[in-house]
Formats: sequence, structure tokens, C-alpha cells
Amino acid sequence: MMFDTSVQELKYKVLREVARLAFDGRLEEGMLDISNIIVPGPQPTMRCCIYKERAIVNERVKFAMNQGKSSNVIEVLPIACDECPVDGIQVTQACRGCIAHRCMNACPKEAITIVDHKAVIDKSKCVECGRCLAACPYSAIVKSERPCVRACKPKAISIDENRCAKIDDEKCIACGACVYQCPFGAISDKSYILDTIDFIKNSEGNSKYNVHAVVAPSISGQFSVPLGKVVSGLKKLGFRSVMEAALGADMVAYKEASELVEKGFLTSSCCPAFVRYIETQFPDMKDKISHNLSPMAEIASYMKKHEPNCKIVFIGPCTAKKAEAQKDSVKKYIDNVITFEELQALFDSRDIKLNELDNQPLDNASYFGRIFARSGGLADAVAEALKEMEIPDNVFKLNAVSCDGIDNCKTALLKAQKGVGSENFIEGMACIDGCIGGPACLTHGPKDKMAVDKYGKEAAEKSILDAINILNL
Amino acid sequence: MNVYVCVGSSCHLRGSYKIIELMKENIEKNGLEEKVNLSAAFCLGKCTTGVTIKVDEDIVCGVSPENFDGIFKEHILDKV
Repeated sequence: MMFDTSVQELKYKVLREVARLAFDGRLEEGMLDISNIIVPGPQPTMRCCIYKERAIVNERVKFAMNQGKSSNVIEVLPIACDECPVDGIQVTQACRGCIAHRCMNACPKEAITIVDHKAVIDKSKCVECGRCLAACPYSAIVKSERPCVRACKPKAISIDENRCAKIDDEKCIACGACVYQCPFGAISDKSYILDTIDFIKNSEGNSKYNVHAVVAPSISGQFSVPLGKVVSGLKKLGFRSVMEAALGADMVAYKEASELVEKGFLTSSCCPAFVRYIETQFPDMKDKISHNLSPMAEIASYMKKHEPNCKIVFIGPCTAKKAEAQKDSVKKYIDNVITFEELQALFDSRDIKLNELDNQPLDNASYFGRIFARSGGLADAVAEALKEMEIPDNVFKLNAVSCDGIDNCKTALLKAQKGVGSENFIEGMACIDGCIGGPACLTHGPKDKMAVDKYGKEAAEKSILDAINILNL
Repeated sequence: MNVYVCVGSSCHLRGSYKIIELMKENIEKNGLEEKVNLSAAFCLGKCTTGVTIKVDEDIVCGVSPENFDGIFKEHILDKV
């Protein structure tokens, strides 16, 4: 399968059909038929009946067309929410009615009593600490938590009065963890593929203006064909050129290193979900966030300087980039953000067979810009930039901590807030493993890290300074 | 006069950074800083015959350090 899960596949099919109609200029007349194409019946395959399945597909079609109820790029599809149990900690049938009562003794709130030899939890007293779970030698006590709630580290998801998931948009950092984790696909990122299709169509074969693709370095392990064929596919789709966001990362590494020397302490600004996490959860540390643009915005600002009327579409693994592109400081450079999932849908909507295409080069960035895609890459690049800038240790000595996943980011931020530890640079990535763990990657796994490192080593430019020679223009 | 040097992947691998350097040197040497506006292009659609440059609306392919002087004279110096 092309994807990790069947939820991704369903989302992809909807996007593909929407894109097919949009390219053909038949979206308005054809959109109501999409649910029949995807759910032909007569037997249901996902839900209780085909009518519910089609109703859900119709809601997905709206998201594929960026029609939602909120301005947040992440939104719940209430009809798709299966209202998973929210019972919390429960004693199961496996309780043997032992006489040790470790669970009862472990409970700090005296919420457990023994009734007919078996443990019973008083829900009014239970605080879900989980000590009874750990204490039971039979693993007879379980904690059931909704996957969306568990995935959401900023605690933006709650359960509404209809037992449906609800997102607090003020707390949501748009990381997309819930999108990837919900087993029913009931939370989704909204899509801007129609804008991309419009840019391509209205450019009239790049004669009115150029449409450029900027691809994130995590693309290296995403498609099952060599990257050069993906480049050809993008050009076939209608992009004039394909540039590496990794070149923006090279530029950022240099600026970040300079800013670090000047200020002495920074948190990275490449990951928009991490930046938003600090802004919402650690507001007193906002001034520590690096003032640099993200690699996406940095390379796009360079391109817009040289070609002001071009359209730039960023293609990556990230849902938070869609939110970043709406910021005033970024929207002047980035015209549109789509994901790898969406790119696959665009390719297939035009019947572009990547394996039949020739290999075209993709080479703008250095090794260091490319390894930004995985956790630790940014810190390595900043260290390299300091070395290339010949900053002696007695002027500034880098002591970086690389955090992937919001839990690790939180730990590092708490330490820095309290002034414990000697780290002077926090590289924060909201996704586990960094961008290669992004929610809109087609696949996730150890091969993706290997692919990024291999792609890094293939870069023609070996140093950051060589790659950013381009800035001489 | 607007001069664009392609910095797309194909031209980059064929040495567009070297051509940029030569361009800057020659613009300066001939005192053309006020007359020639040098910038980057991200693809000029001639990927197999780079390095490609564009001088106003004219596309010139296959620019290399070896033929640079001739091309600079013909397309830039003599026309500006």
C-alpha cells in the first residue's frame, strides 16, 4: 500500500477525485458524484451502511475544497467521529479478586473499594493517575483514552456533550498528530489543492507567470521511485521549477548561528508547531524564539525577490505549515502549501506515472540543509555554520539540545524557563523524529531517516557557505 | 538591461554559480553596474543545455567559463 493506514488512503481518494474534476473544470457539476465513486456499494466497507459512508465522503469533499466551519487548518468531522469510549480507568474481567489488594493500597485518593472480592473504582474520586494499573499483577486494570486526546500534547482536544471530539483552536498548534492518530479519520487538515490547481491552470503553461514548487527535504524517502522522477512528475503536473526548501535551511542555519552568537540563547523557529507551542504554552519565552523565517519562507523570500510575480507552492509533510503560510510575515512569500498526501493525489488525478518518467536533478542545497528533515539536523547545521564562520569557542560555544515530539520539547523548555541546565540552543520539532515523522507523510519509518541522510550526502555542495553562494545575487 | 542566470538544479550542477561570479566581475570591469540588473531565474526551460541565461527576452544556452567572454560581449556588452 502507498500509505501507512486506510484512513490516509480514503483521504487521498477524495483529494484525487476533487483534483481530477478541478483540472477538468467540472468540479461544481461532479462533486456530488464523488461519494458514489468512492463508496460504490451495495455493501458497506467502513461504517454501518453505505449512506453514512457517503455522507462522510461528502464532508471530506468539503475539507478537500477548504470548506470548513473554523479558520483552523485542523478540524473535526463530527459525523466521522465514532465517539470512542471515554471511561478512563476501568477494572476488567481479568480481575481475579485477589487478597493482596495492591490496587486499593496504591490509590492515593481512596477511590478503590473491594466489592464481592473484586476491585471497584469510584469515578467521582478517581483522578486517572494510573497507579492502580501499575500495581495490578494481572494487568486487570486498563486506561482507555481516546487516541486523539492522547495524541494531542497541548491538550487542545476535549469531548463535547455529544461525545464528539472538539478542538480548542486557541490551544491547537496544528501539528496534525490527531489527524494521523484518529483511527476513524474524524479529524483532518483542510486542503488548498484547488488553489494550486488554479495557479497551474491560470499560468497557461507558465506563460503568464511561473509556478514554482519548493519541496521539503523529507520528500527524499516518500515516493517509491527515485527523487529525480518526482521532480519530472512535478514539472509534468505544471510546475516550472522545483527548488529545495533545504537551500532555505542552509540560509537559516547561517542566520541562526549569527543570531545565537549575538543573543546567547535561542529556540529554533523552523517548526511552526513548536513556535506556536511556545507562544501559547510558554508565553514568557516568546522573546527567545529565533527571529529567522523558516526555511520554507526564507527560500521563498529569495525567489520572490528575484521573480516578484511568480507563484510559490510549498510541498511538505506538515499540516502546521498550512497555518504558518497564513501569517503576515510569511504569506507575502508563500502562495500555497500542500502535503505529500495531496501531491500523490494530484499526480494520480492527472494519471502521471512517476516510474515511467526520466530522472531530473534536484540540487540546490548542501548536506546540512538537507538533514534539517530529521531531528538533530538543525543543531548539526548550526554547529557547522559556527565552524564555517570561524567563531572561536571563547566567543560562543554551542550547547544544543535537539527535541523531537512535544513531550521532549516541553521538558527542554521547562528546564530553560527555570534556568537549569547549560543548553543555549533548543532545536524543537513537534513531530517524533522531526519532519520525517510529519502527519502528512505517506509513510513513516526508519527507512525515512536513512533516505534523508543518503539524500544529504548526495548534495553537490558540501558546505553551507558553498550552497548559499547564491545569496551573492 | 535585465540579465538572469538560471540557478535551477540542472544549471547549478553545470556551474551556474561560476557564471554568476564571472557576470559580476565583468559587469564591474566594464562599469555596467548602473545599466545591467543581474538576478536569478529558477528555470528557463532549457534544462539539458545549461548553463542558461536570459538577456532581456533572449535566452542563451550552454554558457560556460570557456565561452563566457564571447557571450558577454555579443549579448551584453555590445547591446547595452
